[in-house]
Amino acid sequence: MLVPLASILDSFSGAFDFIFHQQDSITGARIGGLGQVGDFALTHLEVSALALAGALVVALPLGVVLGHRGRGELLAVAAGNAGRAIPELALIAFMVAFVGVGLLNVTIALLVLGIPPILTNSFVGIRQVDRDAVEAARGMGMSPAGVILKVELPLAVPTIMSGVRTAAINIVATATIAPLAGVLTLGDFIINENVYGQDGVLAGAILVALLALTVELALAGLQRLLTPRGLRLHRAAAPA
Amino acid sequence: MIKLRQRAVFASIAAGVLALGIAACGGDSDEGGGSSSTAIQSNPDNGDVTLTIGSKNFDEQFILGEIYAQALEAAGYDVKTDLNLGSEQIALKALQGGDISGYPEYTSTALTSFFDTPPQDVPNDAQQAYEDSKKQFDDLGLQTFPPTPFSSANAVGMLTSRAKELGVKTISDLQGKSQDLTLYGSPECRQRIDCLLGLEKYYHLDFAKFVPVDIGLRYTVLDKGDADLSILFTSDGQLANSNKYTLLEDDKQVLPAGNVLFVASKDAVEEAGPDFGETIEKVQEHLTLPVMQELNARVTLDKEEPAKAAEEYLKQFGYID
Repeated sequence: MLVPLASILDSFSGAFDFIFHQQDSITGARIGGLGQVGDFALTHLEVSALALAGALVVALPLGVVLGHRGRGELLAVAAGNAGRAIPELALIAFMVAFVGVGLLNVTIALLVLGIPPILTNSFVGIRQVDRDAVEAARGMGMSPAGVILKVELPLAVPTIMSGVRTAAINIVATATIAPLAGVLTLGDFIINENVYGQDGVLAGAILVALLALTVELALAGLQRLLTPRGLRLHRAAAPA
Repeated sequence: MIKLRQRAVFASIAAGVLALGIAACGGDSDEGGGSSSTAIQSNPDNGDVTLTIGSKNFDEQFILGEIYAQALEAAGYDVKTDLNLGSEQIALKALQGGDISGYPEYTSTALTSFFDTPPQDVPNDAQQAYEDSKKQFDDLGLQTFPPTPFSSANAVGMLTSRAKELGVKTISDLQGKSQDLTLYGSPECRQRIDCLLGLEKYYHLDFAKFVPVDIGLRYTVLDKGDADLSILFTSDGQLANSNKYTLLEDDKQVLPAGNVLFVASKDAVEEAGPDFGETIEKVQEHLTLPVMQELNARVTLDKEEPAKAAEEYLKQFGYID
């Protein structure tokens, strides 16, 4: 039991060494080090942020409107489920015919991946808003847009944001395949074991996991800011 | 799997009939790869031996895996396949862990990926590359069999129309032109001395852009006009009987060529007996570059099943009936 543990620790120290110190690859390249890690991480974040923003633009209004009207449950759920089944690499290869390879291609492919959780959760989130609250808002003479923006949307924030967080994690994790379509993300470390060695592969995995966690925490913080105070108190009181 | 079994039964019956026929005709008992008896003989003693043949995860490997597997099955072994092992690192681990009995590997890949040979030190001579790999596999407790006739090399390719337009035949001809050309290749190529780094260093080329792409797209990017140049493989099916693409001659020998060698665990070889090695050497005798291109074309372009293409190869050259 001690031996595997020691070798695992050894692998990790190799991976951390790779992250912090540039070294020579057997293939004749200079690899690793904070410069390369930083470059790849920035590109990784950039393409992920673009994809998440795109997914929000497409899925959030659609989910909210469908939820508000209480219609299109089939569409929201079916589109969501079907979206999960699309193989990303095949999608990238398919789009090469239309947009070539590069940032646009990868962004669209990841965007498609981000739509299902946001669409489903915003639909469900809006549907789950207490009908009494909605009726009260209407009774006060609020316009439909007012009802959505001032009542339904704020009350649905926790559900919607959990969908956004899921989408973000999926996107960040899947952006590892971007180097196969001309965009050099942290996935380059993972895809090219022959260049970066096992240390590089493990370093890439650690970095992607850290990036995903960071994004998750940032979005959790954003969720706290967006959640209405009344709802937060309600939440805090609930477990007790 | 069931299909393969049935076919094997059929094949072994057929091989038996053929063997009888030959015996009846002339009593010729020339053993050991004589060209007069290419058919693989089924040996009933081999039925107790179970072999698992592996391969990596692309068409040429699927075909090669199937060829070896079906040939061994024809020789009477109980053969299973595990033909989608991913990269060479995974295949090697599967072999060392005993999950597979053997799989086809390229000498150049073995030397650079397994044995830390710097790419510029990989021998250009096929026999030398084989000897080097054999010795090092031996140290890992693995047995290798002699290489295939064909070798697969990386090559800088372009549309023939574009090559004519630019008037280039060799990679050296790209000098003075490369700054306006985009090169597409695997993500790995970007950082390999036997790929982009070598083209820059030894040919003094400086491309307008290098774009990493999945190797599955290496022809798509040329066809679409996105890439001026793309890293292709000489055994690609797209090159069979076609002048659409031109491979630039690697006049400074930067891009590696590798023959396929079958590598197996010594335990499996020992258990399987002499028919194992004999069958492997025999069945690959006709795997020349045009034949491999044709087989790749059937699978990659015509979407034939690798098992079917392999069976056709075995039948065409009289290994099975």
